[in-house]
Amino acid sequence: MLAKKGDWVMIYNIVLEPKDRAPQIPEDTKKVPLEMWIKGFLLEDTEVGEMADIETIVGRKVSGKLIEIHPNHKHNYGNHVPEILQIGKTLKELLFDGEGK
Amino acid sequence: MDRSYNAVMSRKTEIMKKAVGIDYDTFEKEGIVFDYEAMMREAGYSLEEIKKIQGETGVGNTPIYELRNLTNLARKMAPAGKGARIFLKDEASNPSGSFKARRAATAVYHAKKLGYKGVIAATSGNYGAAVASQAAMLGLKCIIVQECYDSQGKGQPEIVEKARKCEAYGAEVVQLTVGPELFYSFLNLLEETGYFNASLYTPFGIAGVETLGSELVEQIVEKTGKQPDVVVCTNAGGGNLTGTARGMRKVGAEGVKVVGASVNLKGLHMASDTDFNKKSFTTGHTGFGIPFTTNPDRSDVPRSAARPLRYMDRYVTITQGEVFYMTESLAQLEGLERGPAGNTSLAAAFSIAQEMDEDQIIVVQETEYTGAGKHIQPQLSFARDNGIDLHFGNPRDEIPGKSIILPEHPKMIKAVDLDMDKIRQSYVKNMVKKKSDDREFSDEELSYIAVETNLTVEEVKGRLK
Repeated sequence: MLAKKGDWVMIYNIVLEPKDRAPQIPEDTKKVPLEMWIKGFLLEDTEVGEMADIETIVGRKVSGKLIEIHPNHKHNYGNHVPEILQIGKTLKELLFDGEGK
Repeated sequence: MDRSYNAVMSRKTEIMKKAVGIDYDTFEKEGIVFDYEAMMREAGYSLEEIKKIQGETGVGNTPIYELRNLTNLARKMAPAGKGARIFLKDEASNPSGSFKARRAATAVYHAKKLGYKGVIAATSGNYGAAVASQAAMLGLKCIIVQECYDSQGKGQPEIVEKARKCEAYGAEVVQLTVGPELFYSFLNLLEETGYFNASLYTPFGIAGVETLGSELVEQIVEKTGKQPDVVVCTNAGGGNLTGTARGMRKVGAEGVKVVGASVNLKGLHMASDTDFNKKSFTTGHTGFGIPFTTNPDRSDVPRSAARPLRYMDRYVTITQGEVFYMTESLAQLEGLERGPAGNTSLAAAFSIAQEMDEDQIIVVQETEYTGAGKHIQPQLSFARDNGIDLHFGNPRDEIPGKSIILPEHPKMIKAVDLDMDKIRQSYVKNMVKKKSDDREFSDEELSYIAVETNLTVEEVKGRLK
């Protein structure tokens, strides 16, 4: 997919390969690279997956692999956790001595 | 310029000097000694100055609530005559939604005064949002460097939400996977941009929290006619506790007991890629709390202004399940929906109140904002999705990284004391390591350790044998 100049995009870089990581880190972390994600405005038309240059919101120029166009926030309130409902119910019974029963 | 890991790390001192504008050498004295009070005085701001700085951006003067229903609940479970009045200082009312606005207000003000064009902070948390918010108000650029994802690209909803909030205030957010080399990326950015290091641990940052302590005392006196007996502070890097305690002393509240509270994350390694998403608390936990208390100078500046062991009377832990439970209790019984991490001190206070007399006063000194990602619903849902066993039971059975146990009954909520003696011993041991030769500590060094650990010189000597 082609991203257009000026699009708000996300780029990706490997900051440190596993072999270059700090000596003091745990074994599991040492096995994986240190990765980085930055968002910004695309400076030239670029295909997703290719190297791209962006200008970040504060005006910094950064290069990296173009991975997403118009990246959005995907977090939300999660799946329903039924236990949560029980907390208020229990507490109100305890505190107000079974009022409304 | 050589941007390799080793090259950048070797330029650390030089980069930091330019980025903080403090010559820490000025305060270095004989051996391991450094003049903390002189640094706070000369490089920081007075309480009056901070009030003025914070007032200009709407920071501080947050409300205080008496939690009457939670107090009554605590009294139902306490022996007759026990159960202190619980008050809560609502720091979520600050512009960026947490007490961190106090720290950021002074740091960003200082950066602007010194003529920096922008500020950078390395944080996954509320502090990033606070710096971004203050930078927006003062017209400075802002970059937040954040440890955000594991190697599968999966991030805690809480951290992802905080990235969103930083972006909402116009900051650039640099997101990284797990690892202490975040510091390397941070140094690179400081060098590249010439921005100010709005570190959490500068004198400006810590002095910024002093208003929290002073306001809290003044508000309690106004409401109740006397000073609080106990103040519980959520403890991570130590700045919250240090600043609050210093502020309380500055308004003459010398006798108030200061309790640190952290979520127990025992067994989870802070730099582990696999442990990263098994934690349900990204701040306010023992992974920061213990190392920063026993060795405060491990932060991103040469000398940390957060030195909690000087002020801490007691240090307790509380479990993840207990904090989530109390967060829901605060919403259901007090009508205050606030973020879980800030409620660490609330969970501890609910337990400690039951040891205290009815006419005594305990204050929970912070709350934080909540919302998608930063709420018990997404955090518990995320934990369950990651294979954490979530159920009602006895919180004492919780194993961090394996289970989250919501207390079956609120009487099971119990703050567990950490051994202050061991913590002080560990601090002294770190000082011995720092000395790096076989000579004896001088008298000046012994006095310094005594002040740092709140011990007498004789007690320090005893620990060195």
